[in-house]
Amino acid sequence: MKGLVKLFWVEFKLYMRQPQAAFFSLVFPLLLLFMFGSIYGNKPTPFFGGRGMVDVSAPAYIAIIMGSTGLMSISIVVSTYRERGILRRFRATPLRPAAIIGAQVAVNFLMTLAGTIILVGGARLVYHMQFNGAVGAVFVGFTLSTLSFFAIGFVVASLARTSRVAQIFGMLLYFPNIFLSGATVPKEIFPAAMRSVSKVFPMTHVVNLMQGLWIGNPWSKHITEVVVLAGFLVVGGIVSAKTFRWE
Amino acid sequence: MTAAITVNALRKTYGPLTAVDGIGFEVGAGEIFGMVGPNGAGKTTTIECLEGMRAPDSGDVRILGLDPRRDGYPLRERIGVQLQQSALPDDIKVWEALDLFASYYRKPAPWEPLLDELGIADKRDARFSKLSGGQKQRLFIALALVNDPELVFLDELTTGLDPHARRAMWNLVRAIRDRGKTVFLTTHYMEEAEQLCSRVLIIDRGKIVALDTPENLVGSLKAETRIIFTAAEPGYDPAPLRAVAGVTRVDVAGDKITVTGRGDRLVILVVNALDAQGARFRDLRTEQPSLDDVFMAMTRDEMNPEGGAK
Repeated sequence: MKGLVKLFWVEFKLYMRQPQAAFFSLVFPLLLLFMFGSIYGNKPTPFFGGRGMVDVSAPAYIAIIMGSTGLMSISIVVSTYRERGILRRFRATPLRPAAIIGAQVAVNFLMTLAGTIILVGGARLVYHMQFNGAVGAVFVGFTLSTLSFFAIGFVVASLARTSRVAQIFGMLLYFPNIFLSGATVPKEIFPAAMRSVSKVFPMTHVVNLMQGLWIGNPWSKHITEVVVLAGFLVVGGIVSAKTFRWE
Repeated sequence: MTAAITVNALRKTYGPLTAVDGIGFEVGAGEIFGMVGPNGAGKTTTIECLEGMRAPDSGDVRILGLDPRRDGYPLRERIGVQLQQSALPDDIKVWEALDLFASYYRKPAPWEPLLDELGIADKRDARFSKLSGGQKQRLFIALALVNDPELVFLDELTTGLDPHARRAMWNLVRAIRDRGKTVFLTTHYMEEAEQLCSRVLIIDRGKIVALDTPENLVGSLKAETRIIFTAAEPGYDPAPLRAVAGVTRVDVAGDKITVTGRGDRLVILVVNALDAQGARFRDLRTEQPSLDDVFMAMTRDEMNPEGGAK
């Protein structure tokens, strides 16, 4: 337990020492917010059902943060640890494997949450973003979405032979997900064909869930999203546990 | 002698390749025990089976009375491990690594004194990626000692280090032994094994080919000593040297004379003979058989597999 807490703290410091990881989870969503916010503003429009561009986009940007921590940070860090023999060194100590996974999950969850709070804070302060949901429900949806993306990240880390391959896999998943899921650009402006294509991306379900819970939708309207994301979490968890390699 | 390590009929294969072929030995508490052998002889596989990092196919391993596979976690509390291939995250600082690894153990040793003992106190706040090869090795030794282990495994500790750093490492290993610990090490360098180890195991193709003290191994080779010198005057006649007790051969190449023979007093007898002859000579040196010769004689030569002993 002492080892887990210490490992969490060290991993947190290491995360903050990697400029690119901290940038994509903490700063990049805020940049998107200000970029699109300064172009479109946040005037309510019938096109978005009486809400503004920021009201609709900010909850969707949260999915981008999950993509950065789950698809990029976790997969790259875990595969790098394996490739360079860091996992081997840990294995030669009494530290339990669960502590290594647990520390990665905890740090990346915390960074996802921090990025989300910064993003929502910015949207509230600068654009007076509306929020009609329940904080508790949003947090549950956030946790489910985040963990399911982490599960995908662990699968990538397990399947990639090297950290380079993991990085490429991570990017191949990250970019289509953030652009074609409605996370970056609202799906409302997608042509119909694109909208149906977007359903294959797990991030689409995160965007739908976060946007729905944000305006106070009941869970019954989001059964598809919950089932899909829970499926990714369970299947990803099992696959990564089965394929986990120390070296 | 209490055994820190007992190995019986240890076997490990990778597909068609037999890496370790039924070896057995015992290491006493307080020993510096060395394992040497050519590349691919099975050194790392053996040490990893002892550390519990690898599962043997068959055989019995007892480390401090424990089975490294079944009692892995309790065993790891009591051993220190320096791996041949391992690393730490680039951005971790030296003190953070020690503090982190110390937290993994129930009874960690204070790690601050280790910084001084290993000469990395000035690198306390340096990141891992900024350390030199020698400094990284020192840090890995510090990490291997952070739980105050009873037994320390060092796998090719000095590979890639310059001669200064290597000698500094030897002193560190002796210091570990002097603190009452048992050391099990593998090395490529015969000089290292000769200098450090109380006993040396030579392994080749997964089998033990010799196991004894360095002195006995060298003695068992019955190799000859060579005395080489340059005659200071032209026309020197080396004939009287052939009569010296123990001398088996005298070779002359220009003004360079090589005397080969056996016996503890060979050098004295040869020098006395030269003196009695009134011969003037310079650059006299002797070549004693060393563990290197034992190694070359007992293991296969990768470059010349047919040649065998040299």
